[in-house]
Amino acid sequence: MDKYFVVFSFFFFTVFASLMLPVNSSAQGHPVEHNEQSHDLHKKDHTDNHAEEEGFNTAATAFHHISDQNIFNIGPFHIPLPCILYAPGKGLSVFSSSKFDIGSHGIGHNAVDGYVLYEGSVRRIVDPDFPQGLVKLDGEHPFDLQKVQINGKEKEQVAVLYNNKNYNTLAKSTLDGGVMGGGITNFYDFSITKNVVSMILMCLFLAWIFIKIARMYKIRRGKEPRGIQSFMEPIFLFIQEEVSKPFLGDKWEKYQPFLMALFFFILSLNLFGQIPFLGGANVTGNISVTLVLALIVFIVTNLNGKKAYWKHIFWMPGVPALLKIFILTPVEIMGMFIKPLTLMLRLGANIIAGHMTIIAFVGLIFIFRHQFGGAVGTGVGFGMSVPLTMFMMAIELLVAFIQAFVFTILTASYIGAAIEEEHH
Amino acid sequence: MTGSLAALGAGLAVIGAGIGIGLIGGRAMEGIARQPEAAGDIRSNMILMAALVEGAALIAIILSFFV
Repeated sequence: MDKYFVVFSFFFFTVFASLMLPVNSSAQGHPVEHNEQSHDLHKKDHTDNHAEEEGFNTAATAFHHISDQNIFNIGPFHIPLPCILYAPGKGLSVFSSSKFDIGSHGIGHNAVDGYVLYEGSVRRIVDPDFPQGLVKLDGEHPFDLQKVQINGKEKEQVAVLYNNKNYNTLAKSTLDGGVMGGGITNFYDFSITKNVVSMILMCLFLAWIFIKIARMYKIRRGKEPRGIQSFMEPIFLFIQEEVSKPFLGDKWEKYQPFLMALFFFILSLNLFGQIPFLGGANVTGNISVTLVLALIVFIVTNLNGKKAYWKHIFWMPGVPALLKIFILTPVEIMGMFIKPLTLMLRLGANIIAGHMTIIAFVGLIFIFRHQFGGAVGTGVGFGMSVPLTMFMMAIELLVAFIQAFVFTILTASYIGAAIEEEHH
Repeated sequence: MTGSLAALGAGLAVIGAGIGIGLIGGRAMEGIARQPEAAGDIRSNMILMAALVEGAALIAIILSFFV
C-alpha cells in the first residue's frame, strides 16, 4: 500500500506543480498601457544600449539559464517541446516549438500565430495586426533588446524585427521562468516546458526504482538487501529513524509515505538539475514548484491539526486575555503561513543561488576574454573558472542532499507539532 | 562610484549568516568534544540549524537580485 502511495504522491506533485508553473506567473493579464510611452523611450536609449551589450552580462545570462524554457537542450541539441498557449480573445494555440526554427541560444527564427521564441521562452507580439500562422522573421537574430523605463523601473523590452519593422512583445508569461512570479503579459503559457518534462522524467524514474525495490523485498523476503535495494535502504531507514519517529511519535507510519515522497522528489530533482549538458533544469529552484510543495505541506499540516494545535493558535492557555488578543493570536496566525513560506523560499533560494554561482564562475571565462582579449584571456579565465566551478558543484551536491533533508525534517516537525495531543 | 547598493546588502547578509553558522559549528564541535557519543544527534541538529540560518541569508541575497 505504502509504495503505491509514494508513486501517486509523485504524480500528484508533478501535476500540481506543472499546473502552477504558468498560472502563478501569468495571472496579471493586463494589456499594455505603457506601449506608446515605451516606444518613444527606447529610441532614445538605443544608442547607449549597444555599447553595453558588447560586454558580457553575467546577471542576464544567469537569469536566462535558470529560467524555465520551451526547449530541452541536451548538449548542443535542441529537443522541441509542445507549446500550449492561450490568449484571451484569441483562443488556444497548440504546436511544437520546432515550428519556431530554433537557432543558437534558443532564438526562434519564425513567428507562429503571433508568438515568438526568445531565449528559449515564448513571447507574444502585442500588435494584433501581426500576421497569423507561420511567419519568417528578419535575419539571423530577429530581436532587438531595449531597456525602457516603466513607472520609474528599468525593464527589458524585446522587439521582433519583421519586414523592417519593430513589433514589441510583452514579458514572457513565465518571467524568468516564474522564479518570482510574472511580468505584465497578455497570454497564458500551459506548455510542457523543460521543468515539466524534468518532473515527469524524475517521477517515472523514481516510480521505476521504487516498484523494482518493492518487488525485490517480496522476492527476497528475510534475506540481505542487494543491488539498488542496498543503496536505497539506508536512505529510507535514515528518514524513518532520524525524521519520522522522533518528530511524529507513534503516528509516524501514517506520514512516512508523504515524507518519503517529499524527500525523494526534491532530492532527485536537485540532483537532476545539476547534471551538466543535460538540460540543467532548475526545477526545485523555481519558486512556483516550491510554492506547490509548501502548499501541500500547509494543507497536510492543517488538515491533521488536533484540538491542541488550534487551541495554541487561537487561544493560548495560561496567558492573559489582552495579551492573547493583541499579540499572541495574530502572531500565531501569521506563523501558520510563514512556516510554509520559509520552506518555499529556503529550498528555492538555495538551488537558485547554487545555479547562479556556477554560471557566474563559468562566466569568468567570458569576462576575462573580454578584458584581455583572445587566447590569453580565455586561458586565464579557464584556469580560474574550472577549479572554482568544480568546487561549487561539489558544494551543490552536498546542498542537494541537505536541502531535501531539511525540507523533510521541517515538514515532519510542523506536522508533529500539529498532531500532538494535549498534555498539561 | 558605480554599482548598486544591492551588492552591499548581499554582502551584509553573508556576514550575518557567516557569524550564525560559525557559532553553530563552533558550539556543535564543543558539544561533540564534551560528549562524543552524542555526535550523531548533534550533527543532524547542526545541519538543520545551519540550514535555517542559511535560508535567511539566501532570501536576502535573492532579494538583492530583484531590487
